[in-house]
Amino acid sequence: MPKDTGIGASPKRREDVRFLTGTGNYTDDINLNGQAYVHFLRSDMAHARINSIDTAAASAMPGVVRIFTGADFEGVGGIPCGWQITDKHGEAMQEPAHPVLAQGKARYVGDAIAAVVADTAEQARDAAEAIELDMEELPAVIDMKAAVQEGATKVHDDLTSNLCYDWGFVEENKPAVEEAFANAAHVTTLELVNNRLVANPMEPRVAVGDFNRATGDSTLYTTSQNPHVIRLLMGAFVLGIPEHKLRVIAPDVGGGFGTKIFHYAEEAFCTFAAKALNRAVKWTSSRSEAFISDAHGRDHVSTIQLALDADNNFTALRTDTYANMGAYLSTFAPSVPTWLHGTLMAGNYKTPLIYVNVKAVFTNTVPVDAYRGAGRPEATYQLERVIDKAARELGVDPVALRRQNFITEFPYATPVAVEYDTGDYNATMDKLEEIADISGFAARRAASEAKGKVRGLGVNCYIEACGIAPSNLVGQLGARAGLYESATVRVNATGGLVVMTGSHSHGQGHETSFPQVIAEMIGIDESMVEIVHGDTANTPMGMGTYGSRSLAVGGSAMVRATEKIIAKAKKIAAHILEASDADIELKDGQFSVAGTDKSLAWGDVTLAAYVPHNYPLEDIEPGLEETAFYDPANFTYPSGAYACEVELDPETGKVSIERFAAADDFGNVVNPMIVEGQVHGGIGQGIGQALLEAAVYNDEGQLLSASYMDYAMPRADDLPFYQVDHSCQTPCTHNPLGVKGCGEAGAIGSPPAVVNAVVDALQSMGKDITHVDMPLSPARVWSAMHE
Amino acid sequence: MYNFDVEKPTSIADAVAALASDDEAQALGGGQTLIPTLKQRLASPSKLVSLSGVAEMQGVSTDGGVVSIGGATPHGVVAAEVAQSYPALAALAGNIGDPAVRNRGTIGGSLANNDPAACYPAAALASGATIVTNGREIAADDYFDGLFTTVLEEGEIVTQVRLPVPEAANYQKFVQPASRFALVGVFVAKFADGVRVAVTGASEDGVFRWSEAEAALSANFSADALDGLSVAADGMMADIHGSKAYRAHLIGVLTKRAVAAAA
Repeated sequence: MPKDTGIGASPKRREDVRFLTGTGNYTDDINLNGQAYVHFLRSDMAHARINSIDTAAASAMPGVVRIFTGADFEGVGGIPCGWQITDKHGEAMQEPAHPVLAQGKARYVGDAIAAVVADTAEQARDAAEAIELDMEELPAVIDMKAAVQEGATKVHDDLTSNLCYDWGFVEENKPAVEEAFANAAHVTTLELVNNRLVANPMEPRVAVGDFNRATGDSTLYTTSQNPHVIRLLMGAFVLGIPEHKLRVIAPDVGGGFGTKIFHYAEEAFCTFAAKALNRAVKWTSSRSEAFISDAHGRDHVSTIQLALDADNNFTALRTDTYANMGAYLSTFAPSVPTWLHGTLMAGNYKTPLIYVNVKAVFTNTVPVDAYRGAGRPEATYQLERVIDKAARELGVDPVALRRQNFITEFPYATPVAVEYDTGDYNATMDKLEEIADISGFAARRAASEAKGKVRGLGVNCYIEACGIAPSNLVGQLGARAGLYESATVRVNATGGLVVMTGSHSHGQGHETSFPQVIAEMIGIDESMVEIVHGDTANTPMGMGTYGSRSLAVGGSAMVRATEKIIAKAKKIAAHILEASDADIELKDGQFSVAGTDKSLAWGDVTLAAYVPHNYPLEDIEPGLEETAFYDPANFTYPSGAYACEVELDPETGKVSIERFAAADDFGNVVNPMIVEGQVHGGIGQGIGQALLEAAVYNDEGQLLSASYMDYAMPRADDLPFYQVDHSCQTPCTHNPLGVKGCGEAGAIGSPPAVVNAVVDALQSMGKDITHVDMPLSPARVWSAMHE
Repeated sequence: MYNFDVEKPTSIADAVAALASDDEAQALGGGQTLIPTLKQRLASPSKLVSLSGVAEMQGVSTDGGVVSIGGATPHGVVAAEVAQSYPALAALAGNIGDPAVRNRGTIGGSLANNDPAACYPAAALASGATIVTNGREIAADDYFDGLFTTVLEEGEIVTQVRLPVPEAANYQKFVQPASRFALVGVFVAKFADGVRVAVTGASEDGVFRWSEAEAALSANFSADALDGLSVAADGMMADIHGSKAYRAHLIGVLTKRAVAAAA
């Protein structure tokens, strides 16, 4: 019987009432008295020297308050990078300055050159058109491999080259890996591109800066996944505002997918200008602007090689990746192709020797950073594609080859520096074969053939590292922040609870699932628990929501704080019931003394905490409010197996997804409905990457797919009905909930399944095609068939 | 967008007069192309003359084997009204854009704009339509004049489109994945005196008739009649969604499918 309350139940998402009835409070809904509006004049050239900016005529236009340029930010800090990579020679990465407004040069189409503040948004835009720019176009550096050639034009003149870092992982393993390749019975090599994507959250970014002249306090309202991190980065590194004088509020946020993790120049500008002008300043991104100012995702070019022995055991793996950083380092950009990618290259397999090389490259393009999955999709895609290719070269069943090489004993220390705590990869594969009806594929293939279509089946596994992350470990790896999470649980006198969490919900349903956990711990109704998030003034220091970390890390902090609450409440109950603390039991919201019929309701104890007339004041303080910080001991390792069936139209190259099955192991599950929704959304984005989406630059650095006329987002009819299952559960061993995280799995696991299926279809036609780069548009598939 | 004035006349004569009174005025049909263009500040008309209030430009009638559609009739209305009289046209209209586009966008607006990837130009050309304006009647064969270009004069309004109903017809649209305009669209119309094949989405010169296919199909209206025929890749459009060769290839595939569906 499914539960109807607490952990494991699927209550409807309480936040959806406001989201679906137009009563949410998004950043663009916030309008402050007397606010002005900013319009950013952005470069339409990918690389240009700014000779002069004449704002005289524009400044005289109606409504213009002030026009800012890079000169106004001399002496002000730049946008910081939150992660420093040490390269394979032990040197720190090259880290260019990132001014709030361009200084000297514009480095990508979209780079902000000037900011016009005016009484209305239209006036600001009008005046921006009147700014006279003298710009000298320079050659643009777009292709990553060309960018690192000797003599290439430099994106940043003060760096030695366009190479941000050349990372080797694990460098000491390299000779052993090379020896294993020399001794291999078979080597499979695959070159592939992980296509650049635009995140496209439904809500574009917005920032409103405010300044209180009387108190000297600054406030930033922003579309962010992690308001505390923005406060820290912007206050400490850009504007020099101490945290107690800076408040960051991220109210309802309409989707993030990673691109709202980062601290952006527009946030710093609005906060800075509000103080300079003593007036609130608001910026609302248009969709067109989002395409050229939101950090992009993915954009790796890789060569991967898998070595096997004569019995088809994986003996070694090596990869060489070029990872695009874009023109500047976005907040977490350096960590994505390294620690979120290299550490996952073992996948679900006991490959004993692995070497990962990553060259991060500056180009004249929009900065690239984390996008749903962040590094882990790139690792999974390479690995699961090369295994599929190996199986086809060896003439063995791709599933059997995977099973043969699965890790089966846990904990398992990989050769790429992480230790998987639990998992059961055969169990998820068994479940997948069942729900995907793999045994029925041959009949379905025949049915497709009968109508002139070609059917293909693709299967793959994935593993990800979520619940990011142990602070001491990520500190060693170059993170410039801790990655704990926090919660304050405040119990009111009448028994209701407010939980202030450092996590931030922007679609994940925290307001529904977090109360399920607390309600279960205490034995009360979920409706008695309210979640507060997104405001640095009201919540304890948190690191925000990304990397499928909120329940595993933020939820664990909440559990720890609730445990403190329960412990204190038992003391209060013991006092009133005249019993020993140790004899007090809490069940279904009732405190009772073991072995007696004496009991007290939850509400009686909470009332006593705030009306402490009969209360152990000599032992404990009045009130019932506790805070906990939780720093995880390890990452969590969700895993699973995915299967995709496609039908290919041989005349046009068009691929349609006919079936898609996902068997995931997320450990324990709090709200199965929300988990399934997360998987559905992730698969939708993964299929989007595999079939449709591509941010394409031309050689001059113009983004060709800069609107929905050319950037293909998945629509409902591009997607099949999914068979999803999360009944294989190996609980995480090191967090109190045993949860692993589910937010990114679908986006990580699905692209290789789609591509494996299309390659299967093409090969079944007798085509000697071993790979087609994403997105597998009709034109690309047809071209592959006719090359 | 930039500032502009709006007029909403109720007769063709008033609309023509409003357009004539101002060199920078522009007619506004359903606005499904023009309004986004204005929002991006890519056009700056001084005045928009909305045609949606002109009653005599609304509606669909069928008489003597000819479907007559008012220039300001939205796609959704066409899809519903010609479902019986001209099903291939109804299917085309019912598959333009999404419901919001179909409830606003008009046949006159589409034909006046002549987007090289729009659907209606293929129907008009394959049907041998007559484009009726406030001043004249123009045969479809003479009307289209390249990308986003027609023979319409400044201030001339498409008031009605008359489409002879073929004996058999079908439109095959292969969508561009992002915009869902036609990457290639082929309209095949079989009349008593011959077959007309119009292709949209593919050519650098906009919608065109594939005369070799027309000749072959006029002799033998079956997909097999197209065997061995192909369109040269030269002159086709190329972009991130498809090469010249791919578009040329699709013309052949879609024409066969249209014939098979119509026959």
